[in-house]
Amino acid sequence: MLPVQAVARQPATVTIDVETCKGCVLCVDVCPPHVLVMSEDVNRMGYRYPILLDGCTGCELCFKICPDYCFEVYRGAEDAAPLAN
Amino acid sequence: MSTPLKKVSAKPELLLSTQHHLCPGCGEPLAMRTILEIITELGMRDRTICVCGIGCYTAFPGIIDVDVLQALHGRAPSVATGAKRVLPDRFVFTLQGDGDMVSEGLQEIVHSAARAEKFTAVLLNNGVFGETGGHMTTTSVLGQRTKTTMDTGRVAEKHGYPIKIADLLAQVDGAVYVARGAMHTPSAIAWTRRILTEAFRAQLEGKGFSFVEILTMCPTDWYVEPSETPDWIEQNFTGTYPLKILKAPA
Amino acid sequence: MPTRVLMEGSHAIAEAAIQAGCRFYAGYPITPSTEILEYMSHRLPQVGGVCMNAESEIEAINMVWGAAGCGVRAMIASTGQGISLMQESLAELANAQLPCVVVNMMRGQGDYYQATRGGGHGDYRHIVLAPSTVQEAVDLVMLAFHLADKWRNPVDVLGDFILGHTSEAVEFKPLDERDLPPKTWAATGARNRASHNVTPLGAPQKLNLNPGDHYAAIAAKYPEIARAERRVESGLLDDAELVVVAFGSPARFVKYAIRVCRERGMKVGWVRPISLWPFPDETVREATGRARLVAVFEQNAGQMIDDVRLAILGGVPVVPIGGISHDHSGFGVGPALEPAHIVARITEAYQGKAAA
Repeated sequence: MLPVQAVARQPATVTIDVETCKGCVLCVDVCPPHVLVMSEDVNRMGYRYPILLDGCTGCELCFKICPDYCFEVYRGAEDAAPLAN
Repeated sequence: MSTPLKKVSAKPELLLSTQHHLCPGCGEPLAMRTILEIITELGMRDRTICVCGIGCYTAFPGIIDVDVLQALHGRAPSVATGAKRVLPDRFVFTLQGDGDMVSEGLQEIVHSAARAEKFTAVLLNNGVFGETGGHMTTTSVLGQRTKTTMDTGRVAEKHGYPIKIADLLAQVDGAVYVARGAMHTPSAIAWTRRILTEAFRAQLEGKGFSFVEILTMCPTDWYVEPSETPDWIEQNFTGTYPLKILKAPA
Repeated sequence: MPTRVLMEGSHAIAEAAIQAGCRFYAGYPITPSTEILEYMSHRLPQVGGVCMNAESEIEAINMVWGAAGCGVRAMIASTGQGISLMQESLAELANAQLPCVVVNMMRGQGDYYQATRGGGHGDYRHIVLAPSTVQEAVDLVMLAFHLADKWRNPVDVLGDFILGHTSEAVEFKPLDERDLPPKTWAATGARNRASHNVTPLGAPQKLNLNPGDHYAAIAAKYPEIARAERRVESGLLDDAELVVVAFGSPARFVKYAIRVCRERGMKVGWVRPISLWPFPDETVREATGRARLVAVFEQNAGQMIDDVRLAILGGVPVVPIGGISHDHSGFGVGPALEPAHIVARITEAYQGKAAA
């Protein structure tokens, strides 16, 4: 894996389906640049959910560890790998 | 932001819905995602038959986009035997928990391995009967507190020892591929993706019985926060159940 | 052109299954069904089928589950003890709507309740067919596969030691089955179609988890089967004062005994239920309408007699004239099957000396 600083300059972001989230916090713990924090509000199910701060590297670790399939990851086109992987 | 962004990862193509009733922090949806992604990668959706056991993961047959044969508790290996024998060109895998496979159906999995049945058996091992509320299974580790070992944890003198099913199956001649992975960290997930792919390939190449055990988190029945489960696995599980390939085709 | 061949009952049952298109068999050896497994182990591979010498009855029935779930005609055979081990699966096969044929070669006739009530859980039924000759066993095995596919439900064939070990000349006459729909519900890999489930737990469609509706739909099927699939044979009823009801192999001995009784001037007739579920209750009721007494000969402590009484609804007194009767191995070939004994029991009943 590339050092965090190196990829941080690449444009990247994630979308979070907050209504599906069950608030397990695994994504927050696994995020290398620590740009996910839990909300104060709760979703329809009563769970707090992650909010994305600036500085996402698009590393996909949140996506990989999320048991509720909440994340989609976007990266700059020049850096983007194919979906299947 | 001037550069257009491109979606690089999304829910698995073969997942019809992200709604499931499994607990916060459960490891089983991660295993399911990994399996579905590999099926897509290998282009096998149209010839896949999943034989599903009964446990928390029985939440999946309704939301995964492959044919499913639902088996009774413990019986998936026998059902998969019938299926693979009559449709040998299909890709058949079983999905069972530790209660289903190692407690209720131990003889089925051992006999299927011994017969060198050419399907892939996947064990989701969290060391508890999750669906009934967290009781001891044959794979609960020594010291593990469950609903039925609450006061003392699992004690060998009282409750016996955990069965290391992967080690046991590796001794069986008909098993060609036996490996153990886990879902508690991104690197463990990457490792499990590799061994699952190897196991599936062993089936596709007709080599014999293949088996992958996946350690999955169960914060609810381990009585810990989801964020504590990666450490819990390292402290309690991987000593008894180390992540490794126990057997592979020469 | 059909030709008649001399075959032992067990082998004839196995051959009938193969000629009906059975391509998967799983079994665990147990007397008196073992010869079916032996025959299948060499004959099924010859026609491209699979025979599994399973490690237990539970594994055997679940292998059948897998093959049937893939749309292949599948059969299992055992005897009551082995069938007992399979009960969870036999109950849930009905809920999964999986067609398969379950042969029980009983020891005596003690498995009537097991077959018609089931030892399994929940609201389920199996169609149960009880042949009394080897030819009828051949015909009913072929019919069993047809009915299993037609109703998407397990069908049991209830035989016994005598049927399995009697050699008779038989003819194999495959049925015209063009009316059966293709098995689009099977799990085969979702090629060019939506994926689906084959499950006892709920609807086959994805994203449709409603077990209640599923069970209700299956329960609604059973009265339809009951209306359509009653089968029965009877004789000498016109002037009969006493009607004897018997099923399976013992019914052959009963028919002979009744002929003897007729020669001795007794007005006796007989009814033989062929389908034990659905029980041919209307026919039994009509057949006994003019009789003063009904006698049930069955080789057990009294099981079918309950269904006879339910059919007759108190209209005529019903007495048991059979009973438990075994050989030294307990396989149900007992002295109660001696024609002289059966004649004596019928005569007692006719003379009003049988105990209710």
